[in-house]
Amino acid sequence: MTQTHLELSGVGIDFPTPKGPFTALNNVNLKVHDGEFVSLIGHSGCGKSTVLNIVAGLHQATRGGVLLNGREVNEPGPERAVVFQNHSLLPWLSAWENVELAVKRVFGKTKSRTEIKEWIAHNLELVHMGHAMHKRPGEISGGMKQRVGIARALAMQPSVLLLDEPFGALDALTRAHLQDSLMEIQAQLGTTVIMITHDVDEAVLLSDRIVMMTNGPSATVGQILEVDLERPRNRLALADNAHYNHLRSEVLTFLYEKQRKIEPFSARTTASAQAKKKTEVA
Amino acid sequence: MTAQTFTHPWRKLKLTLSHRLADFNPTQWLISMLLPATGIVIFLMLWHVGAGQINTSLGTFPGPLDVVEQSQSLWEGHQAERESERAFYQRQEDRNAARMADDPGYTPTIHSYPGKATFIDQTVTSLVTVLAGFLVASVIAIPCGILIGLSRSTYLAVNPIIQIFKPVSPLAWLPLVTMVVSAVYVSDDPMFEKSFITSLFTVTLCSLWPTLINTAVGVANIDRDLLNVSKVLRLPTFTHIRKIVIPSAIPMMFTGLRVSLGIAWMVLIAAEMLAQNPGLGKFVWDEFQNGSSNSLGRIMVAVLAIGLIGYALDRIMLMLQQAVSWDKTSEQR
Repeated sequence: MTQTHLELSGVGIDFPTPKGPFTALNNVNLKVHDGEFVSLIGHSGCGKSTVLNIVAGLHQATRGGVLLNGREVNEPGPERAVVFQNHSLLPWLSAWENVELAVKRVFGKTKSRTEIKEWIAHNLELVHMGHAMHKRPGEISGGMKQRVGIARALAMQPSVLLLDEPFGALDALTRAHLQDSLMEIQAQLGTTVIMITHDVDEAVLLSDRIVMMTNGPSATVGQILEVDLERPRNRLALADNAHYNHLRSEVLTFLYEKQRKIEPFSARTTASAQAKKKTEVA
Repeated sequence: MTAQTFTHPWRKLKLTLSHRLADFNPTQWLISMLLPATGIVIFLMLWHVGAGQINTSLGTFPGPLDVVEQSQSLWEGHQAERESERAFYQRQEDRNAARMADDPGYTPTIHSYPGKATFIDQTVTSLVTVLAGFLVASVIAIPCGILIGLSRSTYLAVNPIIQIFKPVSPLAWLPLVTMVVSAVYVSDDPMFEKSFITSLFTVTLCSLWPTLINTAVGVANIDRDLLNVSKVLRLPTFTHIRKIVIPSAIPMMFTGLRVSLGIAWMVLIAAEMLAQNPGLGKFVWDEFQNGSSNSLGRIMVAVLAIGLIGYALDRIMLMLQQAVSWDKTSEQR
């Protein structure tokens, strides 16, 4: 767990606006080890998703760059599988077919037909979706959709799994279930994960390290917190754990004292709306 | 793990039917049948009373009863025409057989039946023409729409042309199409009548646009997340279009196709009237020129037939849409 797997060095991004370039991110540095689970946390609009999109290759950094296993990232690819917030399954395909599309694309030439079938089934079983493999996204719940989304990403056997607020749109109970599933899977597969979240408990529970981001514009890494809780972690046992609560309060302190939003509300919303718009255009 | 389990279509159908039966609510059903029936009855009464008040040089305006009478007479006329056609060919065959018996070297010739096209024949001609024109329009419009939707530059380049040609009436195209077809479609043994080609292309030119525009809009508005999925998977362009773009755009595409088919049908009738090309439009015009006491009734029959066929075509498209589309909630309008 000491070798650098993924490295962001001096990453910055400007979005063009009519009033000149808007610097969303500046000088973001981060080293992620193989098998590590890293969370990015920060206030909304601070550019967490932009960081993830740069790693995914969906956005191009204006300055600096991303190295994965020593090779520069400059376009999207299945070795950096993304789970989007809104599941983003193809609604006209069943869960099985959604995973199949990814598997055929990645392993179509190396795996035989039966191997492909087994691999699809294996990944759906892994996220506990074996019972509803042939349902379409419209026929299953939000949590199940997100499970399929994770299965699809895992099935690509990515070098790094990128999760963009994967459980943000789910209710608390479903979210807890999925967090447990994710911990279990990650323990089993040892996948390197970068997850974006705005949920402090989620970050502390799941991560090896929490990367806290400052507010934009020119957002960057503010502080990195090592989460040295033993695994496997149990949410009930941790609720009374003093160290867990200490870590939790550190993140909260960062978010609500050091990086408290001091701009007036209207200015903030317009700025984040602009940033969002630019993200969409880019 | 087992391979994909699969519900047999027949079993699926039985399941759906039993669900339908379970959902069956007699009161609901009665209301859903009764209200449209009431509407139709009231309309027929108003029509009957109103028609009697309008006097034209060809008699009173046809009411519902005239329409029933004329449709019967048109059907009988059709039957009679078919019978005389059959008799005509029978006579030729008998005559040829007799001559062959006398003179084995004789090569028989068969003359085609010179009778005039009946109402049913005209309807069939119109249907074939509209479907052919619509098909040609769709074959052109869907790929072009996809191309325009995928590329913003193509869209910007093509948009003014679309906007200018979209509102052009079929009647403006007709003389040009007629002249071009006469000049270009020259063949000793033509597979299709020139009039058919003229009607077909007029229909195509007018019904192209809704499909083209809707397909382009559908393609241009694909969910950004799905595009990102395609990027992450590095789908090749063709797979991207087949797996992501077309299914996404299908609901919009079919909305366009339905509008196109509706326009195609209206355009065709107008074009047939103006160009005297065979079809229901020509039937209406001929009856108008004919000016007998039955003419107005017959025209009314044609009007209703045009309406019913248009309605049927739209329903068929809707069924097709529901069969093809993943979005089973597409509206039933």
